[in-house]
Amino acid sequence: MRMSWGKLRTAAKACAAICALTITSLSVAEVGYPEKEELKFGFIKLTDMAPLAIAYEKGFFEDEGLYVTLEAQANWKVLLDRVIDGQLDGAHMLAGQPLGATIGFGTQAHIITAFSMDLNGNGITVSNAVWDEMKKHVPMKDGKPVHPIKADALKPVVEKYRAEGKPFNLGMVFPVSTHNYELRYWLAAGGIHPGYYAPAKGDTSGQLKADVLLSVTPPPQMPATMEAGTIYGYCVGEPWNQQAVFKGIGVPVITDYEIWKNNPEKVFGVSKEWADKYPNTHIRVVKAMIRAAQWLDENNNANRPEAVKILAKPNYVGADAEVIANSMTGTFEYEKGDKRSVPDFNVFFRYNATFPYYSDAIWYLTQMRRWGQISDTKPDSWYTETAKKVYRPDIYAIAAKELIAEGKVKAADFPDFASEDGFRPPQKEFIDGVEYNGRTPNAYLESLKIGLKAKDKM
Amino acid sequence: MSSITMPGWIEPYLSVVKGEASRAQVAQLLRQIGLPVLGLLTFIFLWHIAAQRIDTSLGKFPGPSDVSQQVSTLYAEHKAGRAKEKAFYQRQEVRIEDRVAADPDYVPVRRDYTGSPTFFDQIITSLITVMCGFLVASVIAIPLGIVIGLSTSVHAATNPLIQLFKPVSPLAWLPLVTMVVSAVYVSDDPMVAKSFVVSMITVSLCSLWPTLINTSVGVTSVSQDLVNVSRVLRLGWAEHVRKIVIPSALPMIFTGLRLSLGIAWMVLIAAEMLAQNPGLGKFVWDEFQNGSSQSLGRIMVAVLTIGLIGFLLDRTMLGLQRWLVWDKQSAQR
Repeated sequence: MRMSWGKLRTAAKACAAICALTITSLSVAEVGYPEKEELKFGFIKLTDMAPLAIAYEKGFFEDEGLYVTLEAQANWKVLLDRVIDGQLDGAHMLAGQPLGATIGFGTQAHIITAFSMDLNGNGITVSNAVWDEMKKHVPMKDGKPVHPIKADALKPVVEKYRAEGKPFNLGMVFPVSTHNYELRYWLAAGGIHPGYYAPAKGDTSGQLKADVLLSVTPPPQMPATMEAGTIYGYCVGEPWNQQAVFKGIGVPVITDYEIWKNNPEKVFGVSKEWADKYPNTHIRVVKAMIRAAQWLDENNNANRPEAVKILAKPNYVGADAEVIANSMTGTFEYEKGDKRSVPDFNVFFRYNATFPYYSDAIWYLTQMRRWGQISDTKPDSWYTETAKKVYRPDIYAIAAKELIAEGKVKAADFPDFASEDGFRPPQKEFIDGVEYNGRTPNAYLESLKIGLKAKDKM
Repeated sequence: MSSITMPGWIEPYLSVVKGEASRAQVAQLLRQIGLPVLGLLTFIFLWHIAAQRIDTSLGKFPGPSDVSQQVSTLYAEHKAGRAKEKAFYQRQEVRIEDRVAADPDYVPVRRDYTGSPTFFDQIITSLITVMCGFLVASVIAIPLGIVIGLSTSVHAATNPLIQLFKPVSPLAWLPLVTMVVSAVYVSDDPMVAKSFVVSMITVSLCSLWPTLINTSVGVTSVSQDLVNVSRVLRLGWAEHVRKIVIPSALPMIFTGLRLSLGIAWMVLIAAEMLAQNPGLGKFVWDEFQNGSSQSLGRIMVAVLTIGLIGFLLDRTMLGLQRWLVWDKQSAQR
């Protein structure tokens, strides 16, 4: 018995060695060794940095011959600046950040992305006082609010505050953040004007003609800022909405899944210069992160509890495991005790979540135009060109094909690379039901009630 | 016999043990040990009571027991981190062997551990940074202070500048230092991290003033008799400084150095917090950002550690002063 066990082990070892050898030789044939082995990536303390943490902890980076250090950053601006000046090799970024930087809104720099980190994952939370007022206008069923809660219910509250001469302040995390656009989309869908930007006139506060005043607060400081009464609500990623519930200081009213089903959220951004200098390294990073994303969604989220434990470590997200688990394991707690199932609250791999779609980039560009961050009207072709400059499905495809050849992922989980053109079919699952087609951004802008139209100029 | 070989302070304790002590000696001992212990115990008791009454959104304010528990947690994390580090190096060796087998031209490069620093690593980082910043400050401030103290014209010329820059907070310098270091300190393979340089320069900028001012005052107040002696002996400038000025000014220089080191330590924590540079300040900030139920306890551990290290740094300087200064009376406190 013992002998055979030993033999079995030797056989297994030999087998593993042969497999490893074929895999390495395969990858050598396709993608060369990394030009740069020691890398430093930045992230913000949010649960959607998970692909980075998992790729590190599960050794996926090391499998690619990369020695990665992960470092939490103070805020999105610091993070972007450090990617631009080369202190960071790459970072967990807001989908709008590479686009904003490339078109020169905020800091100008050519940033590209070949990997989309996740879908959904944000929520809008209001303070207890605002929720008490808002609740009167929310339709109820069986003693519970009917979801999704629209901003129509918030409108009378905002009007009351304004009548009393109190500005209604809301927090979002960055001017080009998904949260800014989602919060604006939700407010505008409920008839509340979130305000315009006018960068040409030097106005980057985004509060022109605004009914509510939106301002920037770093994600981890959202709950504390709301507790201090500086803002009445905010739009942020997890765990900072659930944190408000746990602390009993606010109530999440809606998740971004309900504002735009399966919206793209974070991307992995690097500077164009870096990507040109280290092409093999870049592909290998994307490979490791695709494997991490797959691990996170595998077997119907079976690995999520383990992921929660990893994320709860102080050097990653660091919030209590139970707070992180609330949203990561497929539920979301709105009012205290009103825990509902949202299986797709965080999507890392399903629905081609990791593929950098041009149409996703163009949606963010339309919102930048809608709120005046892009001052002038642009032709449809400009939107496509800009998206192609920043989003790089070509690099993604090399990485994915490599992994398919290595047998680490299944081809069925990816778009058909031969025919994929980078545009999702027109999407209708927005809270206001307006259809979005990435090929006709200008027509889309015309169809939105509040927001700049072709003739408008800020 | 014992009183000859033992250091002096042990003597009263020994006599108490031997039962030879007079009442006065016992009373003195009680004052020396009893009162500090009593103070400490009262503080812990009050802390314990107060902590229970403060409710924050992260739970109760950490009391003494939470803090001691966090100390052991931090130590356990430190040990786990070291184990991970060992495994990392082992995996790296295996990977290098594989690669050399597949690609004989490859020149193996050993990479440093990529995991996150533990609490104890952060302490070491902070200590190294503060010492470097303090050394740079001293190397600038002491010679400059001597020159200013010796010449009334240099003093008149520099005094307004010193008064202007002395009260500037580290937080005001930090953005400027960060940008300048980013622009100037460019290297493909930097010897030390940029963040280290930024922290160090900020510390130097803020901590050189007390040394500078105290040195110049110390130099100005060299006894006229000694200056006359130097004149009579026709000492050269360098020798005058070395034999007369520095020994006389040393007590003042050390007072300045002690003040500077205290400021350097405080500034460093603030700079690390704000600039996210590795060290204890970053540890505090990260924990604050995490907002977990253990965060406050861990921050409290860091606060006490910062205090303890600040105290030890000051004692070290005092020891150094006692050892170097001829006038032992000047280093009593």
